Amino acid sequence: MVFSAWMLGAVAAGAGEWSGYVSVEGRFFPHEPIYSGQEDHNGSIAARPEYRHDWEDGSSFTFIPFARLDSADSERTHADIRELNYLYREDIWFFRLGIGKVFWGATEFVHLVDIINQTDLVEHIDGEDKLGQPMLQFGISPNWGHVEVFIMPFFRERTFPGRDGRLRDRRIVDVDDPVYESSSEDRNIDLAVRYSNTIGSADFGVYLFRGTDRDPLLAPPSRIDPADTDDSRLIPFYQQINQFGADLQVVTGNWLWKWEAYFRSGYLQDYCATVGGFEYTFFDVAASGHDVGILSEYAHNDREDGGLTLFQNDLFVGARWTPNDAAGTQLLTGFAQDLEQSENLLTIESSRRCGANWRLSLEVWLFLNSTPGSVLHSLRHDDFARLELSYYF
Amino acid sequence: MELKTTIWVWVALALPAAPLWGDPLTPQQRGRAIAEEADRRHRGFVDTTANLRMILRNKQGQTSERELRIRALEVSDDGTKSLCIFDTPRDIKGTILLTHTHKSADDDQWLFLPALRRVRRIAARNKSGSFMGSEYAYEDIAIQELEKYTYKWVRDDLYDGNDCFVLERRPVDQANSGYSRQVVWIGKAEYRTWKVEYYDRKGDLLKTLTCQGYHKYADRFWRARETNMTNHQTGKSTQLIWSDFAFDTGQNKLDFERSRLTLLR
Repeated sequence: MVFSAWMLGAVAAGAGEWSGYVSVEGRFFPHEPIYSGQEDHNGSIAARPEYRHDWEDGSSFTFIPFARLDSADSERTHADIRELNYLYREDIWFFRLGIGKVFWGATEFVHLVDIINQTDLVEHIDGEDKLGQPMLQFGISPNWGHVEVFIMPFFRERTFPGRDGRLRDRRIVDVDDPVYESSSEDRNIDLAVRYSNTIGSADFGVYLFRGTDRDPLLAPPSRIDPADTDDSRLIPFYQQINQFGADLQVVTGNWLWKWEAYFRSGYLQDYCATVGGFEYTFFDVAASGHDVGILSEYAHNDREDGGLTLFQNDLFVGARWTPNDAAGTQLLTGFAQDLEQSENLLTIESSRRCGANWRLSLEVWLFLNSTPGSVLHSLRHDDFARLELSYYF
Repeated sequence: MELKTTIWVWVALALPAAPLWGDPLTPQQRGRAIAEEADRRHRGFVDTTANLRMILRNKQGQTSERELRIRALEVSDDGTKSLCIFDTPRDIKGTILLTHTHKSADDDQWLFLPALRRVRRIAARNKSGSFMGSEYAYEDIAIQELEKYTYKWVRDDLYDGNDCFVLERRPVDQANSGYSRQVVWIGKAEYRTWKVEYYDRKGDLLKTLTCQGYHKYADRFWRARETNMTNHQTGKSTQLIWSDFAFDTGQNKLDFERSRLTLLR
């Protein structure tokens, strides 16, 4: 508390620099919703200012709040502190204290090994938006690699769409009533240690995580309390896990090889998950200055205990187009095919800069085929296009 | 005594230059020797920092700008490590490009994306691609490693009042370079590059680089404060304005490692 006050004091002192963005977003769903209460479309505004202060000695302070106001879903109207931390650096070691964000991983379509930060699922179904994680991070870089230790005293629950929101299950996830395996509930002290290094053209990392699973198991209330037969809710259950994870990126010429895997041992089941693939880039296609990349990844997951994983045994193919223009135009399209069930989905993400400070993004998600009973089946009417205009300052 | 000393000084001065004019040298040997001397004079900075403003102009004369900070570190027996940290455009603020150039192997390159706190490896064979939408390709903006070209002295020439050697250099990695050859004007006095012509794979003139505003830093390093790249085939051009050069500033070597990119600003 004293620490936060000191940090906010540092912001008020105002020797640093503000940047960030504000954005307007519209999501258009062409099909009628399936579940009662769901609204047709939604519009929203969001802001993500960023304050940084750097000291001469290389230490720094960061504050990144985030807020969104959504027209349809009260759960999507939310605020979070993405970062509020102090970084202290010496030559070969550093520590970071406060709320932070860490990414681990290599692949494009699925992020398996990324575990430090909880997913802000209500922000985006792609799972790339994360909630700020309170932590003490310590890192040291001797000449044999890079070691980081994380101590995380507070757990963040995953966000889920509410009754009015699209992109949800028939049953609404009761985020006010989570159940924890740990008797300390969300005050369990989670720990992680990671070693990473670059050898030749390979970047790799291995880690051990011990603590609260970021992926909740979603159970009907009757599984927690047999007397509670409410069929309109799901209760998130956060188990304790030990997880060993690894990630690898290797470059050979125009090929980029990517691989991630973990072994997770928990309350209900021990299992493995893995994803691997490649990206091959055709540079300067026909002397046009444009780059075209072809991506393919395969994801496999042994989990059978009702986890949220969309991808159990899936093949992804995609293409990335980068015209290398002054507007920084990008386009990435991906197609996912389930190899066991006839399920597939198609995504298109594109964006370009307009003027010096604006960026326009357009995204399309099409849930093409699904089989009854699957996670994708509940999204079968939720094809959507998302248009976002952001102003960066 | 005094005369003797003077003679010795003259001999000493003439010695390193002598092979350049020696008869037995082929144009290739002479070209290589000039390139080596230019490289020798460019190096030895240990580490360097500079600020860079890029002004992109399209055919219609509309401009857009980028501001970045450059940091580079010499590696004793293999190439250079460099960081490009973007301040504008604002939507890519905080993006960092880390490059490890190697004398003979493919370079290593990573991109740090601040929004996701993610470091992505890039296939660094991407030599001919545009750097940030500018008329500079990655291979133009990268620190030039001597071993990446073969050289030939073509002629001597006068460029803008400067006595110059004119060299032709051809990329060793023909398959991945955007060029068949480059013609370089190097001043005889200080081995500064004044002009480069870039010829595309078909052999046609593609771009011209001119350098101006040379200034001597730390009593030995000549650096151009303005360079202009004009693309003759598209009519676009990019101006680079350099400022705040500093040398041997005692940078932390670890800042140039992939795993520490998330700590930088």
